[in-house]
Amino acid sequence: MTEKHIDEISGVSTTGHEWDGIRELDNPMPRWWLWTFYATVLWAIGYTVAYPAWPLLTSATKGVLDYSSRGEVKQELAAASAAQEKYIAAIKAKSVDEIEADGSLRDFATAAGAATFRVNCVQCHGSGAQGSPGFPNLNDDEWLWGGSADQIYKTVTHGIRFADDADTRTSEMPAFAEMLSAVQIGDVSAYVASLSGSVSDPAKVEPGAKIYADNCAACHGANAKGNRELGAPDLTDAIWLYGSGERAIAQQVRAPKNGVMPAWGARLGDVKVKELAVYVHSLGGGE
Amino acid sequence: MLDVGEVERLEAEAVNSAKIRQPLYAARKKIFPKRASGQFRRFKWIVMAITLGIYYLTPWLRWDRGPYAPDQAVLVDLANRRFYFFFIEIWPQEFFFVAGLLVMAGIGLFLITSTVGRAWCGYTCPQTVWVDLFLVVERAIEGDRNARIKLDGAPWSVSKMVKRVTKHTVWLLIAVATGGAWIFYFADAPTLLGEVLTGQAAAVAYMTIAVLTATTYIFGGLMREQVCTYMCPWPRIQAAMLDENSLTVTYNDWRGEPRSRHAKKAAAAGESVGDCVDCNACVAVCPMGIDIRDGQQLECITCALCIDACDSVMDKIGRERGLIAYATLNDYNANMALATGDGAHAIEPALVRQPGGRLVEKVAQFHLGKIFRPRTFIYTAVWALIGLAMLYALLTRERLQLNVLHDRNPQFVVLSDGAIRNGYTVKLLNMIPEPRTIRITLVGLQGGAMSAVGAEQMEGETLAVDVEPDRLKSLKIYVRQPRDRVQPGGTTFRFVARDAAGTETASYDANFIAPEASR
Repeated sequence: MTEKHIDEISGVSTTGHEWDGIRELDNPMPRWWLWTFYATVLWAIGYTVAYPAWPLLTSATKGVLDYSSRGEVKQELAAASAAQEKYIAAIKAKSVDEIEADGSLRDFATAAGAATFRVNCVQCHGSGAQGSPGFPNLNDDEWLWGGSADQIYKTVTHGIRFADDADTRTSEMPAFAEMLSAVQIGDVSAYVASLSGSVSDPAKVEPGAKIYADNCAACHGANAKGNRELGAPDLTDAIWLYGSGERAIAQQVRAPKNGVMPAWGARLGDVKVKELAVYVHSLGGGE
Repeated sequence: MLDVGEVERLEAEAVNSAKIRQPLYAARKKIFPKRASGQFRRFKWIVMAITLGIYYLTPWLRWDRGPYAPDQAVLVDLANRRFYFFFIEIWPQEFFFVAGLLVMAGIGLFLITSTVGRAWCGYTCPQTVWVDLFLVVERAIEGDRNARIKLDGAPWSVSKMVKRVTKHTVWLLIAVATGGAWIFYFADAPTLLGEVLTGQAAAVAYMTIAVLTATTYIFGGLMREQVCTYMCPWPRIQAAMLDENSLTVTYNDWRGEPRSRHAKKAAAAGESVGDCVDCNACVAVCPMGIDIRDGQQLECITCALCIDACDSVMDKIGRERGLIAYATLNDYNANMALATGDGAHAIEPALVRQPGGRLVEKVAQFHLGKIFRPRTFIYTAVWALIGLAMLYALLTRERLQLNVLHDRNPQFVVLSDGAIRNGYTVKLLNMIPEPRTIRITLVGLQGGAMSAVGAEQMEGETLAVDVEPDRLKSLKIYVRQPRDRVQPGGTTFRFVARDAAGTETASYDANFIAPEASR
């Protein structure tokens, strides 16, 4: 310990330390500061009693208020579900068309469907539901199995060519590689391409039309407008699931891809599927 | 007329004296300002009545805006994010009007300070006004200065207790009314008053009242001059605002010194005697506890009460008023030079005073022309320019606005007939308190057609949208262009919104995005 030293000018004792002849005054703390400090100490002690604080071997003290941030989240979630209950009950009771007719219910279902879509559907259909080759764009006005809200609801519930669902939408484009020659496939592809655009060799179109009538018209229709009962696409429009142009068409005739969509009814439950149907129906191409 | 020796001398010591600098952290010495009377005190009463009146009564003024908007003249509607000021309604994005007003207030403060000094501090600052109000209460209950000093020093007794409790109760009531008045700016005043009294108002209303009650009581009743001296930044800033032509409350020592309590005796002894009789009246009335005779100082809020006090003494002893007066530094310096022979000798009152007691002709007096100088012109010009610009903006502002956001994903959709469709989120802002039907049309998109949910399809590719009064309506609009009109890569066009009456139009330039390659 250094000796006690009183500063001559101010009459205040110093800390006793000296640096190059400079000493520091040891003024007392302002009283308001001290009382504030004591109050914070008391507050801290009270806090550790009220809230979880002291670490023990396997956990910590719980605090008399029994507070936990997980509990708080749980409460907030419960409050949110309670607030959603009336909407969910209404969705459960109503058909998709009825849901769409009710403004606030439609808004709720659209928002909820969008959330479900982002988790379960974007992997194939894309985040904007814009699709990609082999996976349909849900914004446009071409629907293989129907574009009304109810038809979309059925498609989402049971899926397409999904083996585990008995009511799944099913059809199959046969592989014509074994039935038609390469020239015939070229001709019929030229004919189909000519329905919506220009072709490389107009001479192929006429023989192609005959091949089409014999082999394709049964499903795609004599006018090639498709058949929704079978999920057979309209071949006269501008939308091509597996690519446009003679080459892509020929590929699909020769060894077709038959896309599969899972059935979501059993996995997500009826309410969520209805919400999804309302959301998809709202994307601009719904019928 | 009183003789100089008969002027009552007050035992008043400046608490914040230049001569005896107080140590830092010294405990506060209580100030017991004496009641002053005179022209400045009268003026301050009027200013106090006006400012307090504005504060307490404004929320109760009504202003008819029709059935779709509140009828409170001044209302900050935080819940709906609207600000109403008589005939003006401001949306949050128009907050720059408020910012502009604050800039004007700032420049106005510069202007006022550069001409008449700290007039804001002395007359209109809420701290000054409420301290004044609290002092009125204190005087009414405990008496004027001497009685209060006596009471303060007296041991505790029933009568002291009664007086103190009464005073603090009245102070607290004023504080509650002050805090209470504040919340009425934020909700319908009569409704809120009913809710507050019946305990049904929002918790935040009670918290606001509590906080403002505490600050009013503590700042106005307990801390008083310490707020100005220690907490407020303005005393520090004002130094930069004042110049040698600004009016400040000045002790004219060129005519007051040498001060003397026994002027006659001194004069008889052949000593020179100034006008100051050292009666301390100026110190006794000072709410800041300073002695103005120490010169201009940080603590002085220029409330001019010392002028009133000194003038009444000068009247009593038959001297000319203005020993303490509003004066500019230039005038003061000129008069000082006159009294000291340009600094050649000590102050010689005979040089500025005629034998009869009147001041000589050469003494510089303030005249209004000194207010007009380049600096004040520039402040006025900037202030007025901002005001005019805001007025212009206010008179020409749009009450119908249109915002358009293009869908990010997908950017465009190919439809089965080869047409291209783009999606837009369109926001219509109906900024008047009346319902309107807005017609939306497309301009500059060949063959363009629109569809939307929640809008009526009209002839000629027009959508009719009903928008609620004073609300924003957001709707999704799909725009399609036939295949043969589509330009590769897209094009730009314009959404035009027009109200049904055709008086207001808003437009927004949007992109129509299409695939790059022609298909």
